[in-house]
Amino acid sequence: MKIHYGYSDGSGEYYLVIDAATCNGCGQCVIQCPRKALELQTVLMDLEDKPVAAVKEEHRKKIKYTCGACKPEEQKAPCVAACKNNAVRIAWKAR
Amino acid sequence: MSQKETTGFWRWEEYHRVFPERKKKGLITAGVDVGSVGSKAAIMIDGEAYSWAVKRTGSNSPDSAIKVLGWALEGTGLSVADLKYTVGTGYGRVNVPMANKAITEIACHAKGANFIWGPTVRTVLDVGGQDIKAIRIDETGRVTSFLMNDKCAAGTGRGMEVFADLLQIPIEQIGEVSLKVDKEPEPVSCTCVAFAKTEAMGLLRNGWSKEKVLAAYTRAMALRMANLINRVGLEKELVITGGQCKNVGIVSRIETIMNVKCLPSPNWKENGLDPMVAGAFGAALLARALYLKAQAG
Repeated sequence: MKIHYGYSDGSGEYYLVIDAATCNGCGQCVIQCPRKALELQTVLMDLEDKPVAAVKEEHRKKIKYTCGACKPEEQKAPCVAACKNNAVRIAWKAR
Repeated sequence: MSQKETTGFWRWEEYHRVFPERKKKGLITAGVDVGSVGSKAAIMIDGEAYSWAVKRTGSNSPDSAIKVLGWALEGTGLSVADLKYTVGTGYGRVNVPMANKAITEIACHAKGANFIWGPTVRTVLDVGGQDIKAIRIDETGRVTSFLMNDKCAAGTGRGMEVFADLLQIPIEQIGEVSLKVDKEPEPVSCTCVAFAKTEAMGLLRNGWSKEKVLAAYTRAMALRMANLINRVGLEKELVITGGQCKNVGIVSRIETIMNVKCLPSPNWKENGLDPMVAGAFGAALLARALYLKAQAG
């Protein structure tokens, strides 16, 4: 289950995509995020509760600014680099 | 004119439905979907819809949950004590006092769409009162990908209520009225409800008809929804759940923009399943699955 956090507005598209199926809940991305924008949340998958990385509620509507500092267009954001399972992806397209 | 007549255009009809002829024995579960604008409750027996109710959400979520579930149980001869498992969902899901578990509305709408339209559904657009979700599902109703809308209540049911009120058109007719234009106007440039309202008032002052203004707003909304669908990727069949599934102006515009036909809303007024209640149906089905799983140990 791919969860898209973020939005598109007049200036571009800004999404952090977390694959809840491959995320193992290790929390490395949560530790590595310099803005403390991530946390582990419980998600129901196949009737099981599973801890999965998620963008904190308060950052979802300003992700362009929260994540902008990591220069996501280079795909070397700390959260992406920290994930051994490639469960974190950034889709960033400034117009 | 009285106060009531001038402010009531946004009010949509609350209702409840019972199918007493459907059998009463079996595993009884409930789903309560407390949305930001509407609250829905569904009672299911062995995975078959038995009764449901739709109400406006008041200012008190636990209260709305209790009331809508009570209404769904009315005339069924059942009480809350008969419910083996209840799942709360929606915006106010943590405020459903009688729920055994709270589940996000994404999973519930996916399951509900699969229940209403069957296994061919792959893309669900849920247009709620306060947000829009584009959801991709597999043939079992499991979520494979989803996206919530951005920033604000732009392009949602609440926005439509605001426009119904501004243009003094009953909310049930708003879709049809928006289609009464010879030529589709340019969409309003702002989808933010507050700004769009300002823009609409400017257009009215410039001599635009109500129909044209409404068409421009509805088109802007539909374009935004199409954007969300494109983000998760459109795969047929596409269905629309939530209150706006009843807005023919939105549905037909999305079909035109995406060049796809939505599966039609079942004939819910007579005996079908209301797509607006999809989240509550899904919640009741997940409640059943969770109960059976717990029993199996």
